Amino acid sequence: MATGTSQPGEAVPAGPVPAVAGPAGAGRDLASLGPGPTSPELAEASGGPGPAGLYEAGEARSHGSVLRLSLQTFVENKLAIAGLAILVLLVLFCFVGPHLYVTNQKSLNPAISNYPPSSAHPLGTDGEGFDVLGRLMVAGQSSLEIGMAAGVAAAIWGTLYGAVSAVAGGVIDAVMMRIVDTLYSLPTLFLLILLSAIFAPNLPLMIIVLTFVAWLGPARLVRGEALSLRTREYVEAVKVAGGTRSRIVVRHIVPNAIGTIMVNTSFLIADAILALAALSYLGLGLPDTTPTWGGMLSNGTTVIFDGYWWQLYPAGVAIVLTVVAFNFIGDALRDSLDVRLQRR
Amino acid sequence: MSQGPRGEGPRSVGAVGEGGGDRPGVLLELQGVTKHFPVKGGGFWRKSHDAVHAVDGVDLQVRRGETLGLVGETGSGKSTLARCMTRLLPLTSGRVLLDGEDITDLKRSQLRPYRRRVQMIFQDPYGSLNPRRRVGSIIGDPFAIHKVADGAERKRRVQELMDLVGLNPEHYNRFPAEFSGGQRQRIGVARALALRPELVVADEPVSALDVSVRAQVVNLLADLQDELGLTYVFITHDLSVVRHVSNRVAVMYVGQVVELADRHDLYATPRHPYTKVLQSAIPVPDPEQSERRARVQASGELPSPINPPSGCRFHPRCPKAQPICAQVVPRLEVKFQDPPSHLAACHFPLADGEELPRAEAGDVARVGPGDGDRRAG
Repeated sequence: MATGTSQPGEAVPAGPVPAVAGPAGAGRDLASLGPGPTSPELAEASGGPGPAGLYEAGEARSHGSVLRLSLQTFVENKLAIAGLAILVLLVLFCFVGPHLYVTNQKSLNPAISNYPPSSAHPLGTDGEGFDVLGRLMVAGQSSLEIGMAAGVAAAIWGTLYGAVSAVAGGVIDAVMMRIVDTLYSLPTLFLLILLSAIFAPNLPLMIIVLTFVAWLGPARLVRGEALSLRTREYVEAVKVAGGTRSRIVVRHIVPNAIGTIMVNTSFLIADAILALAALSYLGLGLPDTTPTWGGMLSNGTTVIFDGYWWQLYPAGVAIVLTVVAFNFIGDALRDSLDVRLQRR
Repeated sequence: MSQGPRGEGPRSVGAVGEGGGDRPGVLLELQGVTKHFPVKGGGFWRKSHDAVHAVDGVDLQVRRGETLGLVGETGSGKSTLARCMTRLLPLTSGRVLLDGEDITDLKRSQLRPYRRRVQMIFQDPYGSLNPRRRVGSIIGDPFAIHKVADGAERKRRVQELMDLVGLNPEHYNRFPAEFSGGQRQRIGVARALALRPELVVADEPVSALDVSVRAQVVNLLADLQDELGLTYVFITHDLSVVRHVSNRVAVMYVGQVVELADRHDLYATPRHPYTKVLQSAIPVPDPEQSERRARVQASGELPSPINPPSGCRFHPRCPKAQPICAQVVPRLEVKFQDPPSHLAACHFPLADGEELPRAEAGDVARVGPGDGDRRAG
């Protein structure tokens, strides 16, 4: 800035003789200098070595913490609100709904099988005489529970695995990541089918199986993040103080990678719900006594040519809505947690 | 750059560190410390044998209560040496002795008791503080690691430290982003002092700071030394800072110590041509004086530490170089009638008041304290 303004300043006293040309020339100089060299210098001053620029940013942020700013960005995102609203409605629908809309989902009732939608059964009944709306609620419970549990479990395990691998480094890192590569090279669906064929499926096992195929992504992601984080001076400071590796992972690497992890988790949940639906559709999911959306979809397709559309679409719509909601939330989280995109 | 209110007053703590060649109270001793970083590459079948010779056979003694300045250009191995001293990096060869005890080969867990005695202050006030943690937990971390204090006791001691380094203790719950560069560096100082260490290795603690804040932090470090009886290894590329704070100064060039002397001797009678070149690069705040001053320059650039020059590493750039300089590695020894504390590694040391011959014209590149010079100017 200083050099930019001093040049025209010197030009003014130097050129009083050509009275017209002098100031005009200087003025033009100023005008041409204005937008040109000053802006990169300004940029340098605020982003470069000048602690002053950062100091001001710090002061401005002192009242709203980073978290609050992220929250604000998140709330301002319309899709995020839509995603969150859909999710809340779905959860209410699945977990509160059955208490308000009580139906028999336990015993077969062939007398009322395949009824089309009516006032008694808003979404009709299926081949076994279960009310489709009620069944959608119950099936949603297991779908959401398994999806969220598997997504979160995969994120936690993958995060720890990736961070430990990066911090350990060397041979340990190489071996740990080759294991990930190996598992990655197996087709996911094949792995899922194999695992659910080996283990008799029940709810906890289903979570474990889905976690097993889902943790590879976050493991790689977090390792990459941790590789850059572990060279930071604050990690060195922990080492100098005598901190253990687990302390570095838990207190320093993971908290700084949490944004990436949260974004990834929301996608992992969506993927797990889809994978569960795919497995159920193939008949490898949970046993028939535990309804799932995928299972309902599977049953629905067998009767589609009979014209019983109400047995197919509701489950499909529910799956799509859930996955879309989680993806909206994930996208918005990415926008709000990514420091580079954050507005000041 | 002038150094503010403390001026040029001598900064020795007691008589320790002044003169005496017979190891009085050596706190940290480095014996032939060498650190090579293997260079990746060389193909799948044949591993590359190249290595960056970051630090090559450094012998140094840090005496209790003194400030040892470590100066050199960017890339001369200062920071690597600091990380070898604090055992953040494993050595390629050589020994590190703390109070006579060999800590070179100690494992991570065995090292923990020594960690309390040697601490480090980092260069980057932004990168050295975890942005997700509050100041209280950053400064209190060493207490937690060594299970010294917790709960209210930890908070009390952290706030004491904050007060000690000139931070408002009420800012205990703030995040690092809410502080300025100088304040952040104070947080780093507080963290380093938490465990009451004997030795503090400061790796360019003021290089990243604004000139106006620099003096404050330097003076804070000096005051803390008087107050707590600390020993410092002060690394910098800013010779004017090192002149202000150090009792003794070691000059490094491409991984080796080329001159080691008490501060006064080093500035009054530099023996190594490189030291002379560095000195002439200190910016003088007075433009008239600056004009008059003969500015010695060295030709060429800092050599690659992968293939350091034979013999004396400075010989390709040295205006006094003779054929022997390329063949025989000069030993670090006393020259002329210098006191035993003044060592230089040069075949043709500068006599008192001797000026360097001007380097040949042509592609003359300036040797200076690297980026620090630019920043200060």
